[in-house]
Amino acid sequence: MIVLEDVSKSYSTGSPAIKNISLKIEEGEFVFIVGNSGSGKSTLIKLLLKELEPTSGKIFVNGKDLNTIKRKKIPEHRRGIGVVFQDFRLLKDRNVYDNIAFAQRVIETPVKDIKKRVPAMLALVGLAEKYRSFPKELSGGEQQRVALARALVNKPTILLADEPTGNLDPKNSWEIMKLLEEINKGGTTVVVVTHNREIVDAMNKRVITMHKGVILSDEKKGEYSYES
Amino acid sequence: MKVSTLAYSCGQGIKNIKRNKLFSLASVGTITACIFLIGLFYIIIANFQYLVKEAEDSVCITVFFDDDITEKRIQEIGEQLGNREEVSEIKYTSADEAWADYKERYFAEEPDLAEGFRDDNPLAGSSNYEIYLKDLKMQDAFVTYLKTISGIRKVNYSENTANTLTDFAKVVGYVSISIIVILFAVGIFLISNTVMIGITVRKEEIRIMKLIGATDIFVRLPFVIEGVIIGLIGAILPIIALVLIYQKVIVYLMTQFQSFTSIVTFISVRQIFSVVIPMALLIGAGIGLIGSKITIRKHLKV
Repeated sequence: MIVLEDVSKSYSTGSPAIKNISLKIEEGEFVFIVGNSGSGKSTLIKLLLKELEPTSGKIFVNGKDLNTIKRKKIPEHRRGIGVVFQDFRLLKDRNVYDNIAFAQRVIETPVKDIKKRVPAMLALVGLAEKYRSFPKELSGGEQQRVALARALVNKPTILLADEPTGNLDPKNSWEIMKLLEEINKGGTTVVVVTHNREIVDAMNKRVITMHKGVILSDEKKGEYSYES
Repeated sequence: MKVSTLAYSCGQGIKNIKRNKLFSLASVGTITACIFLIGLFYIIIANFQYLVKEAEDSVCITVFFDDDITEKRIQEIGEQLGNREEVSEIKYTSADEAWADYKERYFAEEPDLAEGFRDDNPLAGSSNYEIYLKDLKMQDAFVTYLKTISGIRKVNYSENTANTLTDFAKVVGYVSISIIVILFAVGIFLISNTVMIGITVRKEEIRIMKLIGATDIFVRLPFVIEGVIIGLIGAILPIIALVLIYQKVIVYLMTQFQSFTSIVTFISVRQIFSVVIPMALLIGAGIGLIGSKITIRKHLKV
């Protein structure tokens, strides 16, 4: 599903963000990637989305070698991955419905299918009533749910969540994590980048700990072990 | 691309214009100014060229014949010349017609004086062809050709007038093309800057689109449609202004400067705007299309 073989990524300005990382995430797994700022977590997400190219090493996602994917095939690759960000990244001038429908329009889904699928996703994240609201009218937790619905609407096989609870209070954070767990139970591989110790420890999932661009530990049913 | 996607992109393009009213207005203003200048310049140049063409058309070559030439040979030469590709018109004036014309002009008040020449036409050797060419540039070569024809005694032509007019037309042509190209480039630069401000505001939106799997064309199309619509609106406004101004100016010149307008003619509104309207619309759409395409290109590298 996701395979990294001896991957390094250096930026032109400073020291390497990721150094010789190798890891394998199987289909249907739920994985936390933890670590402090500068540990390379976000670089890893960007490499998986092919927003960045590795300096060396190979990355395989859904069986495809990302080094050999042509530029025009990148959209197709990204459509197989749902992505959720800490700052939600919703389109501010569109309402909840249009934000989710947008992801479907991008892949040229017929309008009649969009009309069925979007309400279903809104129901899944518990926002069926708020489909007409604009992002600024929603709480942080609600905005993250919309982002989650948008990430899932195209039925991706992998969901990448980059600090999905970073801007949320504990209650909303738990609700989002419960949703992610539900999604994972449906067969979607979920990779959550976070530094929320409480959640990681309570979820009892696989935990990959990163520090300064290298993997410190990879525990099957782990806890947030790194102390800065 | 599906029709529904195209319709969606058109809708988004129109929404973008509404959402960014200020940028849209600035872009429309920029294009309007550019196209107004291009249109104005074109109209002035076209009228100049029209004047030059009128002057060129009135320039002719006159050929005179040997004294012992027969009427049949004159007719043969006429047919030979009339069939030439470069000749637009050929007019024959016999010696008798030339004398009759001369009499009418100079002896109209004293016809008795002319009577003395009744049986001895003083213009006996002046039967001639007046030849008008389609393009004055061909004059030199054509005169050389005329001199090779047997039976032709003399060829009258004005080398200076032809060369001056041809050179003037050339200069006017080059200058007009240069200025239109410069204004077009300035238009693209200005619209590109204006679109860039609009795109910078929506950089995050473009990034989100790309990260959820939008193709370059899906991201680009609404911006391109927005650019083309702005370009077309920016073209329609100066067209209206130019039509109104051109009509007013012609009427003003005709009434205020009658002596001037008796020698100078203007291209009709219908004739000149049959070129200006499609040209302005094409330039407007072109500036919008190229400007937005160039600007968005670097933002697509996500």
